[in-house]
Amino acid sequence: MSFTTAEPSLLALPAAAAGSRRATLHALLHNRTAWIGGGVLLLIIFAAAFAPWIVPYDPYRVDPIVRLQPPSLAHLFGTDALGRDIFSRIVYGTRLFLLICAIAASIAASIGVTLGLLAGSGPAWLDMLIMRLIDVLLAFPYILLVLAVIAILGPSLWTAMVAVGIAGIPGYARLVRAEVLSVRSLEYVEAMRAAGAGVWRIRLGTILPNVVSPLIVYGTFATPLAVLAAAALSFLGLGAQPPAAEWGAMLVNARTLMFTAWWTVAAPGMAIFVAILSLNLLGNALRDVLDPRSR
Amino acid sequence: MTDETLLEIDGLSAHYAIRSGVFARPSAFVRAVDGVSLRIRRGETLGLVGESGCGKTTLGRTILALRPPTAGSVRFAGQSVFDLKPPALKRLRRDMQIVFQDPYAALDPRRTVGRAVRVPLDVHGIGRPKDRPAMVAALFREVGLEPTLMHRFPHEFSGGQRQRVVIARAIATRPKLLVCDEPVSALDVSIQAQILNLLKDLQAGLRLTTLFISHNLAVVEHMADRVAVMYYGRIVEIADRTTLYRNPRHPYTRALFASIPFPDPRHRRTDPPPPGEPPDPAHLPSGCRFRNRCPLAMDRCARKEPPLASLAPNHDVACWAA
Amino acid sequence: MTCSTRGAAEPLLRIEALRTEFPTNAGPVRAVDGLDLTIGSGEILGLVGESGCGKTVTALSVLGLVDRPGRVTGGAIRFGETDLLALPPARMAAIRGERIAMIFQQPRGSLNPVMRIGSQIAEQFIRRRALGRAEAWARAVALLRAVGIPAPESGARAYPHEISGGQAQRVMIAIALALEPQLLIADEPTTALDVTVQAQVLALLRERCRTLGTALMLVTHDLGVVAQLADRVTVMYAGHAVETAPVASLFARPMHPYTQGLLAAIPRPGENRERLAEIPGSVALATQTGCRFAARCAERTRLHLDRCENEMPPLVPRPDGGMVRCWAAQS
Repeated sequence: MSFTTAEPSLLALPAAAAGSRRATLHALLHNRTAWIGGGVLLLIIFAAAFAPWIVPYDPYRVDPIVRLQPPSLAHLFGTDALGRDIFSRIVYGTRLFLLICAIAASIAASIGVTLGLLAGSGPAWLDMLIMRLIDVLLAFPYILLVLAVIAILGPSLWTAMVAVGIAGIPGYARLVRAEVLSVRSLEYVEAMRAAGAGVWRIRLGTILPNVVSPLIVYGTFATPLAVLAAAALSFLGLGAQPPAAEWGAMLVNARTLMFTAWWTVAAPGMAIFVAILSLNLLGNALRDVLDPRSR
Repeated sequence: MTDETLLEIDGLSAHYAIRSGVFARPSAFVRAVDGVSLRIRRGETLGLVGESGCGKTTLGRTILALRPPTAGSVRFAGQSVFDLKPPALKRLRRDMQIVFQDPYAALDPRRTVGRAVRVPLDVHGIGRPKDRPAMVAALFREVGLEPTLMHRFPHEFSGGQRQRVVIARAIATRPKLLVCDEPVSALDVSIQAQILNLLKDLQAGLRLTTLFISHNLAVVEHMADRVAVMYYGRIVEIADRTTLYRNPRHPYTRALFASIPFPDPRHRRTDPPPPGEPPDPAHLPSGCRFRNRCPLAMDRCARKEPPLASLAPNHDVACWAA
Repeated sequence: MTCSTRGAAEPLLRIEALRTEFPTNAGPVRAVDGLDLTIGSGEILGLVGESGCGKTVTALSVLGLVDRPGRVTGGAIRFGETDLLALPPARMAAIRGERIAMIFQQPRGSLNPVMRIGSQIAEQFIRRRALGRAEAWARAVALLRAVGIPAPESGARAYPHEISGGQAQRVMIAIALALEPQLLIADEPTTALDVTVQAQVLALLRERCRTLGTALMLVTHDLGVVAQLADRVTVMYAGHAVETAPVASLFARPMHPYTQGLLAAIPRPGENRERLAEIPGSVALATQTGCRFAARCAERTRLHLDRCENEMPPLVPRPDGGMVRCWAAQS
């Protein structure tokens, strides 16, 4: 039997590091964009978790005497038209922000990924069926689709999240299907079939883990879109209903006050901006870390 | 080598449609495998030689029921492979395995090599789950790898080492038939020799029957007992090793031999190489598919395709001129 | 076919102690580490080695085409009188295509997909020789005929995706030799082609180079190709030249253990061996200061040589021509 060396060859080192979770984490921790984006996100999560202990005032407490106060030491972000402390409402808004992200992304991803997986790895007729369904969904203008779902389910924050989630399905489905198609003709998938593995074992154990990284990156870019859509729904009065401390709703309610009480618009606007920016930065960092290595 | 036939291929065809247009209607057919009949005896190594696009890879995959056939049958130890229901097919897969060409694509980049080799054991329930790591370690040693490498990922290995992992995975279930699809073509010469020697040792030790597919005639001659030459979907010549190399009768086989760059500068080819271009697989010439590149082409060749006929015991050729 | 008259006198290309590095997370990797190589005018040199030995990087270094962040960090490349490494980029660009040309492994990857093949050849004449369109086209057609493209008048109007891989490689050869360069570098020109087409393209390369008097640096891993085409051969291992010799001498009396191992490892048609001779192990990370092959060398073990691991052997002349870099070969 021939002698072999246990050292990895020079040739193998520069090759893709996909699958090495430790290496990915290591690269992520060294990426400045990841720190900024991830840091802000952690801050948001922290604020959401400990909101009741952070806020100086009850975010729902109406106090007409102190209405429309500019930012001061007593009220960091000032007060709104009903005298509520804006800072407290912003902090509570983090909860709704994360909720929207989570629900919309979960619905879109779980249904979208399943459809994409089935379309990409199933029989041709199923692929055609699913893709035509996706095409129908995509034919609707995004907002129109969201509105249609709300019209059916009635306006509320929950239905807004569901609607935004549903509108996000085609994006995930198409991405996953494309990735699955490119992966499934690779030899290691064929090797699993040759070994006798069943269809679902191959789908979940081999194909899916290999399409996960572009999915994560896509998710960090698609989720901000969902948040903005939810904010737009609040703008139309179809999403969060008063007195919910949702940033989009706060923005719309304050729009007439833009020149007279700028802080009522600036605070929720900046909050949305910063939160979405952090998601985008994190997405950029993830893409830089995952993609060139996994290609 | 015994007389018992392990694999019987009869009139096997695998056609692909090339689809175009809005409704994806088939516009042409690629007859990747077009009426192939072969017998492989138990314990023998059959070499399958041909250039790219000749259908040898498709043939290998179709035999293992990894691609659907268009016609014909494949019988493994008497059982028809395509008639089997999924549970029986799964049982059959224990006995037929494949070693792929590209060691970089044949391993899941997200699985450790130990887990990759373990997959067939898990799928077929071989041994008790807690015994399987030890079985994997034994398999590693069998292919010349340190068992401590089990926990590494494929990208940490060189091409030759990965190919050993692929081989370990293939022999995990102790198959009866091993299809080797260009197993060393992607490897350096010095590593090729290691892997070829390893394959030979395993064949002897495990009493494997092998279908060895390659475009490299010299490698095939080294490994095989009998050799079949394939051209665009059909076998054009099949003979035992020595006969084929001493006395090739089909013009394509002769052209192949004439084209190999022989590693000896004292034997430089002075006559011009065979002319013509490989045909478009979707539009093969009528009659004999080699006729537009063949120096011996006659009228008959355009009209009717020559069948594989026995020229001598153990030597079949498909050519009107032979 | 003797090659003793070719390559005599002053060599066309002389590479001295070339060093090309690539920075990595684990420190700089020396893809080429002190390479010495010469090519005579009109000579065909085979540069042979396995993957990772640095032969492609060498070819790219000659033409200044090494991708960043890799760069040449030492040595000299003398082309005639000029040191190519000392040239400003503009002058190097003028030499590329004009006096030194290169063809690559994937012909279709090197051709412009949206330009007719005739135009791609004619472009060379229009830009570099200031010829008019009509005359440039006529010359392009003539070149296509010379490389064996059938019906070149109409063939020249084809697009790259309409021709086969073998034909595309012929077009590449036509483009490369259009301006009659003094040196053609071919990096694995036939590896991606079928065997029957390979034979045609190699024959074409030889015929064209001989006719035009162009020297050819044929970079390949295939010893068979080298045996058929080359006048001289340089064997590379881990960034160094380990043996250089006239082709007949290299195959008949290889002196370096790596060359011997390579030749013994190839299965040859007509032979009947049970086992192929192996070279154990694989290319190791370049860490030691001595001979890179030492860890895998059977001769070193047989002759109990200790200096191999610590001292890099120098290139010394071989008895029948050429040079070899090996302590065992000297003893």
